[in-house]
Amino acid sequence: MAKRWDLLTVYGLGFLVFLYTPVLLLPLFSFNDNLFAIFPLKGFTLRAYEQLADDANLLNALKNSIMVGVGVSIVSTVFGLLAAMGVTRYRLPGKGPVVGTIMLPLVIPSIILGVALLVIIRQVFDIDLSLWCVAAGHVLLCVPFSMLVLISRLEGFEKDLEEAAMDLGENGWMTFWRVTFPLALPGIISSLLMSFTTSFDEYVLAFFLSGMDQTLPIYLWSMLRFPSRLPITLALGSSILIASAIIVVCSEVLRRRGVTSTKPTGL
Amino acid sequence: MSEASLGHARAGAAPGARTNIGLLQRFEWIRGYLLMSPTMVVMLAMLIVPLVSLAVRSFWTQHGFDLDRTFTLNNYWQMIAPSDTTTWWLGLPLPLETPAYAIVMLKSLLISLASTVAVILVAYPMAYFLAFRVVRHKMLWLILITIPFWTSYLLRVFAWKIILGYGGVINTALIKLGLIEKPLEFLLYNPVAVVITLTHAWAAFAILPIYVSLEKIDRSLLEAATDLGERPAGRFLRVTLPLSMPGLIATSLLVFIPTVGDYVTPSLVGGSGGTMVGNTIQSLFGQRNDAPMGSAVSIVMMAIVTILVCLFLWAVGYRKMRAREA
Repeated sequence: MAKRWDLLTVYGLGFLVFLYTPVLLLPLFSFNDNLFAIFPLKGFTLRAYEQLADDANLLNALKNSIMVGVGVSIVSTVFGLLAAMGVTRYRLPGKGPVVGTIMLPLVIPSIILGVALLVIIRQVFDIDLSLWCVAAGHVLLCVPFSMLVLISRLEGFEKDLEEAAMDLGENGWMTFWRVTFPLALPGIISSLLMSFTTSFDEYVLAFFLSGMDQTLPIYLWSMLRFPSRLPITLALGSSILIASAIIVVCSEVLRRRGVTSTKPTGL
Repeated sequence: MSEASLGHARAGAAPGARTNIGLLQRFEWIRGYLLMSPTMVVMLAMLIVPLVSLAVRSFWTQHGFDLDRTFTLNNYWQMIAPSDTTTWWLGLPLPLETPAYAIVMLKSLLISLASTVAVILVAYPMAYFLAFRVVRHKMLWLILITIPFWTSYLLRVFAWKIILGYGGVINTALIKLGLIEKPLEFLLYNPVAVVITLTHAWAAFAILPIYVSLEKIDRSLLEAATDLGERPAGRFLRVTLPLSMPGLIATSLLVFIPTVGDYVTPSLVGGSGGTMVGNTIQSLFGQRNDAPMGSAVSIVMMAIVTILVCLFLWAVGYRKMRAREA
């Protein structure tokens, strides 16, 4: 195992190239002064990005996506935290099936979730489709992720800390705010960020449930169909990629640091 | 962990500091479920109720704009109704009235299966590399692998359209190099393009479960195998691979189950030959305005996937594996 550059290491680096090349082509071509995404590159331009800033429909879709994303991340983190506390702090008979049900959205194709929600919203309750429906669908997708992240965070520190707070006379609510919440904070922020990106990038549920209001992925999809709009599509795609990559890095760093530090400092 | 906490609470109760702790202890699970109840109610209302209503709808019929609510198995019958004329698909005889449903279902399963196998072949060496070779900056590697999975799925698929397209990166590069004169048309809009794109989209995600199971392997077992004269290849086949089976199984399911019903990838890179069951469901709920039929197709798809998953778990002896682990 001492050999530094063996076949496996080469494979590992090759894998990263395979993983990143397609994605990195988008920003590369977005700065290229050409209507087509082909090599060789012609020249550097920011024209597509200038057009982005002038597109009223796009800005509206962006606003919708951010609103839905923020709402979804808060709501699903609250639900995820409640479930995670229940799972990690109590002995629950029948825990397996209950947790399994909450995890279901992870293994059901989103198109099925989409049509099932569409049926119940339109045909059973006859509610008009709106961003609220999209948000509801996204909460469904994000709660399992939130719960997983928070369970691993809550399992990372000893339950004794909470019990000590209780023994020292704090009530349940104060124990939560002064012990559990600060300790779970990295997990909570990570869950907020993760839910936000999930919602921000989600297309299928939004397609079925958004009605007249566009979210950014829906707007993006409508542009993908027009080859003449390729430069602006690439510019938009690159902006989205960069924004979500930053969010994901923050969330991952927080989450992994959270898991490794079982004994938080400053206590 | 819960055992330990129970013991802790009992110890606290023993001196009689708190008399009600026994009572609370007995009903601990109620408090736990009380805490979980908002989440459970939401999931029940937004997941189980819609799925049940989808199932109910699959027994109804759509006539134009009217919905006929009498119970019928007609939607399911349509998918398997026999006919005298036999349609052949990939050498399979399909003596069905509307073979389109069976074909799209089989095709989805095959595409999904091919993608799952490809994902595992690509991801396993990478997971092995991470578990056994990477010593420093492990977190950096893990984050690098996770980032693409969390960035827009739509854009990752679209990137492949740019690469494989008629005027795409591969074609223009090959023409520039003088290897071909006309762009290759078979790169995009077919099942192979769907498999390539799905493999790329899921490979990163698939690494993690395999990595976790490889990381768990007791290194002294590997040393023992070497000391007992096993060569690296034999050691891999007889020690490492069997011990990483739980991760492999988890990965296959995590990739296979969601890709069967994928909609974005076949729509963008599949063309007319690469459509999958997700596209059928979408068009039944959309243009064809036949929600009951769409519901029936959804239910059948979920049922087939569930049955296949159970068969798979039974075939690989998942139960025994779990028993051994415990």
